[in-house]
Formats: sequence, structure tokens, C-alpha cells
Amino acid sequence: MSDELGEGEERRGWFRRLKDGLAKSSSKLVGGISGVFTTKRLDEASLEELEDVLITADLGIETSARLIASLSKAKFGKDVTDEEVRTSFAEEIAEILRPAARPLDVATGRKPHIVLMVGVNGSGKTTTIGKLAKQFKDRGLSVMMAAGDTFRAAAIEQLQVWGERTGTPVIAKAQGSDAAALAFDAINEAKAAGADVLLIDTAGRLQNRAELMEELAKVIRVIRKQDETAPHDCVLVLDGTVGQNAHNQVKAFKEMVAVSGLVITKLDGSTRGGVVVALADQFELPVHAVGVGESAEDLQPFDADRFARDLMGLE
Amino acid sequence: MFDSLQNRLGDVFDRLKKRGALKEADVTAALREVRVALLEADVALPVVKEFVDKVRERAIGQEVIKSVSPGQQVIKIVHDNLVEMLGTDSSGINLNAVPPVPILMVGLQGGGKTTSTAKLAKRLKERDRKKVLMASLDIYRPAAREQLRVLGEQIDVATLPISENETPVSIAKRAMTAGKLQGFDVVMLDTAGRLSIDESMMDEVIQVRDAVKPAETILVADAMTGQDAVTTARNFNERVGLTGIVLTRMDGDARGGAALSMRAVTGVPIKAVGVGERADALEDFHPERVAGRILGMGDVVSLVEKAAETIEVEEAERIAKKMQKGAFDLEDMLSQLRQVKKMGGLGGVMSMLPGMGKLQKQMAGANMDDSVIKKQEAIILSMTKVERKNVKLMNASRRRRIAAGSGTSVQEVNKLLKQHQDMTRVMKQMGKMGGMKGLGALLGGGGGMPGMPSPGQMPGQLPSGLGGKGMPKLPGGMLPPGFPGKK
Ligand SMILES: Nc1nc2c(ncn2[C@@H]2O[C@H](COP(=O)(O)OP(=O)(O)OP(=O)(O)O)[C@@H](O)[C@H]2O)c(=O)[nH]1
Ligand SMILES: Nc1nc2c(ncn2[C@@H]2O[C@H](COP(=O)(O)OP(=O)(O)OP(=O)(O)O)[C@@H](O)[C@H]2O)c(=O)[nH]1
Ligand SMILES: [Mg+2]
Ligand SMILES: [Mg+2]
Repeated sequence: MSDELGEGEERRGWFRRLKDGLAKSSSKLVGGISGVFTTKRLDEASLEELEDVLITADLGIETSARLIASLSKAKFGKDVTDEEVRTSFAEEIAEILRPAARPLDVATGRKPHIVLMVGVNGSGKTTTIGKLAKQFKDRGLSVMMAAGDTFRAAAIEQLQVWGERTGTPVIAKAQGSDAAALAFDAINEAKAAGADVLLIDTAGRLQNRAELMEELAKVIRVIRKQDETAPHDCVLVLDGTVGQNAHNQVKAFKEMVAVSGLVITKLDGSTRGGVVVALADQFELPVHAVGVGESAEDLQPFDADRFARDLMGLE
Repeated sequence: MFDSLQNRLGDVFDRLKKRGALKEADVTAALREVRVALLEADVALPVVKEFVDKVRERAIGQEVIKSVSPGQQVIKIVHDNLVEMLGTDSSGINLNAVPPVPILMVGLQGGGKTTSTAKLAKRLKERDRKKVLMASLDIYRPAAREQLRVLGEQIDVATLPISENETPVSIAKRAMTAGKLQGFDVVMLDTAGRLSIDESMMDEVIQVRDAVKPAETILVADAMTGQDAVTTARNFNERVGLTGIVLTRMDGDARGGAALSMRAVTGVPIKAVGVGERADALEDFHPERVAGRILGMGDVVSLVEKAAETIEVEEAERIAKKMQKGAFDLEDMLSQLRQVKKMGGLGGVMSMLPGMGKLQKQMAGANMDDSVIKKQEAIILSMTKVERKNVKLMNASRRRRIAAGSGTSVQEVNKLLKQHQDMTRVMKQMGKMGGMKGLGALLGGGGGMPGMPSPGQMPGQLPSGLGGKGMPKLPGGMLPPGFPGKK
């Protein structure tokens, strides 16, 4: 992520917001754990309560059980302190997350490097495109966007506003036109303009709607007519408040459109986004970034250790 | 990934058949499985605990009815309590106030507020014959007001003209004034998405509330929400004061435990559920359906009831017989189409069955949706009785006439005839093979849908009906076999 000193003010606000958000998320979790442990013997009852605490963070039953099992193996029957438990959990979580922390690499010299954003309705695709455009531009890359959501009311106008905000050209057609054809034309235009990156927005769709998933597969087929290696990244945007359905989402999108990475949004809220831990555990997909607000700056690289330690309320 | 509760409980109770009353230890063992099922469905943990305690209290000591297994008995208790906790069927929107009646829509970012505002407005306009004005107070999200304006145009509902540099409170006031002056019955206020921990944004919506005194303040929330549902619902309820919930994206495959979480912490009713992106994709809330979905067992009970209600058994059996002989004419096809329609369309039938996700997907893939049913019905209705009995009469000019009469194209007529032909052929073969067992038979009355997975491929399992062995057989011919085929 590029740091522009001129934006110091805004940036500080953003960090504070993130920190406040995370503090809020972790305080509940930590409060829970502290309630279970001050210094006491790790027995069945405390393990069960501890498991509840993880479940409340959306880690899901399987992942929670796994973490508990490994904690219990190491420490069962011993006297443990609050700090020890937290550290142990954070380490365990970070280990799961570390391989997933990989930023989106678009400086590949391809002209353009094509990124397709997909996901269920309202998860934050369009906003994330705006945020990414800003990051890439700040890095000196030339960026274009394609308004591939030709379905939802004012989806095109929404992306156009992001284009204005970030000084990025937006390729668009009228609402109701064919999304695949739009993508095809957009690639042509991006090539002609010599753009480094082309970010293609798509309409939100639920993963169990076969006909909509098929439509997305068609967009990709048409993109490949322009460039066999494209899309170079297919990013699934997940809403951070999502529960266990995230598994179905990743699975279905991965099968249908070869998702190459994830972005998790809305982590500035009261949600903990713990499902990310389970996802990283289950699917080998990088988490490129996390959304922490609604402005262009509110996109953070995903840092496994920090995420894990913050989640556990450790400095 | 999700086993149905029935399967889980089967194991627990296998050991303890033939016991008179449900004992504490048995109930506790069963409720451990219930707890897991609820958590997998994203019911928030505190709510799960409360629920499990309540069920434990009620279950211990209950006599096990002779004809059911202890597992089934517990499921029934769990199911009934879940229904109770989810509340009653949808109550309508409260319009008991001096018009224009303000309705305030609130919720997190991207939950579906703007879309649901339009859906409710459309319903109020069409069902309740109300004159509705919509206004967007979302001055933050790019093109948010434009979005509502476009939706208003699509559903032919007025929207407040957009003007720049106005605060949400002043837009709300302007909307109420316009509503009064122009004789609107209802003013729907769509607001920007906000986090429940964002103090200044929460203050903003409180100011709006105080300015307009809404008759309803509705939290719009995503059915896919995880454990955070309790926090969000509680915060919105405590700060803003809710009167109802609209649960969106119930057309997805989330188990929807958030419904229970939010209902439990707020105590307000779920007013409606969103089942799609279009303005008419709004349904009433049915606690039984959602309870079955949360438990992962489908709403078999109401499927059976509904089937019994709507299907004329004799008619269905007559058709099933004709099918097997391959003497299935277009009149029969029409009768089948109508039965599916009565059952609430294909979606209605499918949504009531457990483990139907895959099947639903295939149907969607094959363009089997209700609009197709309507179209096909129209085509057959445009044929004469003689034509319906004898497909061979169908020459080019008749086909043209039928297309014109039904507002379709000749290709569509051809497609239907081709499907009828395919169905007849497949059914003849099926008849020879002695018909399909299991679900195929259930749905197709001894027929079976070509291109559909065999029962073995079906995800999940049909739980046995309460008290009986195996799925209660529905009268034959619920769904037309092979219907309505691919594009
Ligand atoms: N607080 C917060 N809000 C976000 C974040 N990312 C997106 N949003 C908001 O979530 C809402 C939905 O975002 P969109 O970008 O429109 O989502 P989308 O996936 O494009 O939606 P559809 O195209 O309708 O499927 C908007 O109000 C965004 O401002 C985030 O990281 N934090
Ligand atoms: N599948 C499905 N999509 C829905 C449903 N309700 C809303 N959507 C979609 O969800 C996305 C977000 O809906 P909006 O109405 O813009 O959500 P919002 O709460 O107004 O969003 P913000 O104003 O950004 O907070 C859009 O793509 C809608 O089409 C539903 O019931 N099912
Ligand atoms: Mg979008
Ligand atoms: Mg909105």
C-alpha cells in the first residue's frame, strides 16, 4: 500500500477507526476469555466456555474445535494465565492465516492486467474497486474500470462516481446491456489506452443461482477471447458480517469462476470476521485486503499476525 | 457439510429406543446435537443457549408417543419451540397513523434497504391500494438516491425529487411535507447504511426518527449474517427502536439462523422476507418454513399439508396412469402445470423440500422457472380442445395462430411441443422399466424428470415424516416429468 504523506490527517483517522473497530471486536472476545481464565486450571468446563467464545467470533464449530483441541493437548490440567491462553490462540490463528496474507499483485507488465470482481449482492464489490483503483493509481499505475453490473439500478452511476473520485476512466454501456459484451469492449479500450490495470465490476449474485453463475462464466469465456490468460485475478468479495454461508460462497464461486483471492469488507463494524480463519483453513486462497470503511482509503492489506493478535486483544 | 438434525439425532437415539418418557440424560444428549445444528445455521450463541434451556425444560419427562421414535419426538419439540420463538406469520405494515404515514428503513451497509424500500412500496401500492412516496436520505453512498429514483420508475412509485446539499433530516422533513401536500398515504424513508457502533451515524438516524415519528422502523438485515446479527439488532433496537425486521436474501442457501437471533433479541416481528433482486421478490414470513430451514430439514410438514390440500388425488392418479402408457396429452400437461402453480410454483415446491439446493440449481440452469410455467400454460390454453388431445394436428398455421393467441413466438410453441414429445417418450420408457422409486416417484408420479439427478445423487435426505416410516407418498404427478425441459 502506498503512503502519501499529504494524506496524513485522513490516514490517521482511518487507522484510528480501524483500531477502534478492532478493539471493539477483540474486547468482546477477550472479555469472554478473561471471564473464563484469570489463572486457573484448564479443565473441560473452561474449554467448553472457551470454545463458545470462538464460536461467537464466527470461527465456526470445526475451526473452534480444532483450536480448542490443540490448546487442550498442550495445556490441559495445567494452571494457565489469561495471557498464555491468548498468546496460544493468536499463534494458532496466525499460523492458519499466514499463508493467506498476499496482496493483489497487478504490476505484472501486462497491458492490461485484468481483475474481475465477483461476489454476492451488496458485499462491497463496487466500493472495493474504487478503493483498489486509488491504491493502484497512487502506485503510479494507469487504471481503468468497467461497469460490468448492467443489471442493478444505478450500479453504473455508482461506479462512475468512484471513477470521478479516483480520477479513473470508466467504460460503461446502458443499463440492461450484455455484461460479457461490455467486458469485451472494455478490454479493447484498455488495450488501446495502454492501461496497466483494468478492474471489471460485476453484478451481485447469490451462489446458488445457477443461471446467474452461468452468466458469470460466460463473461469469463468472452474475456478469454481477448486474452487467453485473463482474467488475471478473479477476486471474491466477502461481507465481513457473513456467517457460515461464506463456505458455500467460496466453494461455489471457486468452482464456477476460478476465484483466485478474497477481499473481506466491513471489518470496521461490530463483526469479528472470524469466518476468515475457517476459510483460510479450508480453502487455499489468499486474502488480498480487508475493507475498513466506505472511503477510498479504507482498504488495508491483510496482515495475519496482526489480525490474529488483534482478535485476541494482544498488543 | 450440514447434516440434518434428523440424522444427527438418529444416532443419539438409536441406543435408547423403547423408553417410556424422555429422560434428562437423553434430552441433554439430543440437545447437544440441536446446539450444533443451530450454530451451524448461524443462530447466535446466547440465543442458542436460551433456546436449548427452554427446550430442555419442556422436553424432560414428556411421554414418547408410541408411533414415533424419541428422536422424532425431540425434533417435534424443538421444531415447535423454534416456531414459537420465531413468532407469528407476517403481520402487515402498520398504517395506523395520520397520513402520510412515515416508514423508516434502517440497517447495515449493503443489507438491502433500498431494494426492500421499493419492494414494500410496490406491495403497499398494489395490495393495499396506497399512494406511496419514497425518499432516499442516503447522501453518502455514490448514486444511492439515483438508485431509488430508478427503482421508483420501474415500479411506478413516486420518489422525492433529489436536491443537493441537504441533510438527511431536512430531506425527511421535505418528504413529509411533500407527502402531506400531495396527498400521499405513505412516505417510505430509505436511509444510508450504517454500522451500529458508529455513534454519529446512529445519532443521525435518531434525529430523523424524532423529526418524522415513524409508524414503523424496520431493520433490513441479510439472512446470511453470522453471529453479529445479535449485536446489530440489539444496538439498532436500543438506539433507534425497531418495530419490525425484513430479512433479505432468503433466496440464497443460508440456513438463516440470523432470523432467530434478531427476533430473540428485539422481540419485534419479521415483517417480510426478500427472495430476489426484483421488486416483486418479497414474501410473507412463515415461521414453520424458516424453522425447518434452520434445522436443515425442510418444511416437509407443510409440503405434505399443502400437497394434500391442492392436489386432486384422483386426477393425479389418472394422469400418472396415462403417463405410464405414454398416452399423456397436452390437456394432461396443462393439468400438471396448474397443480405446480397451485403449490406455489416450482420455487414453492422446491423450497419446502430439504436438500434441494442442487436440484434447484439444475432447474434454474435449465430455465425452469415460474415464468416458463405461465407461458406454457398460455400456449396450451390457446389451443383448441381437439388440438390438445391430438398433437399431430399441429401444422405451421395452427402453430402461428397459437403463438399469436398466447403472446409467444412460434419457436416457443415448438419448444413446448418438443417437450411434450420428449416427456411422452421418456414416460413410455419409464413405464416399461417399472417407474422410478423415491423422490422421482414422489415428484413425477412414477415418471421421473430426465436430466434430473437420480435420488441417490440428491444431497441431504428426506426425513421420515413424524410418526411414519419413510417420506409420506404424495399423490402421483406432482411435477410433470421432464418439465419443462431445456432451452
Ligand atoms: N463500513 C463499511 N462499508 C462498506 C465497506 N465496503 C463497502 N461498504 C458499503 O457497503 C455497501 C455496499 O457496497 P457496494 O460496493 O455497493 O457492494 P456491491 O457488492 O457492489 O453491491 P451489489 O453490486 O449491489 O451487489 C455500500 O454502502 C458501501 O459503502 C467497508 O469495508 N466498510
Ligand atoms: N438475491 C437477493 N438480492 C437482494 C435482495 N435484497 C436486496 N438484494 C440485492 O442486494 C444488493 C444491495 O441492495 P441495496 O438495496 O442496494 O442495499 P442497501 O441496504 O440499500 O445498501 P446501502 O444503501 O449501500 O447500505 C443489491 O444488489 C440488491 O439487488 C434479496 O432479497 N435477494
Ligand atoms: Mg456493485
Ligand atoms: Mg441503499
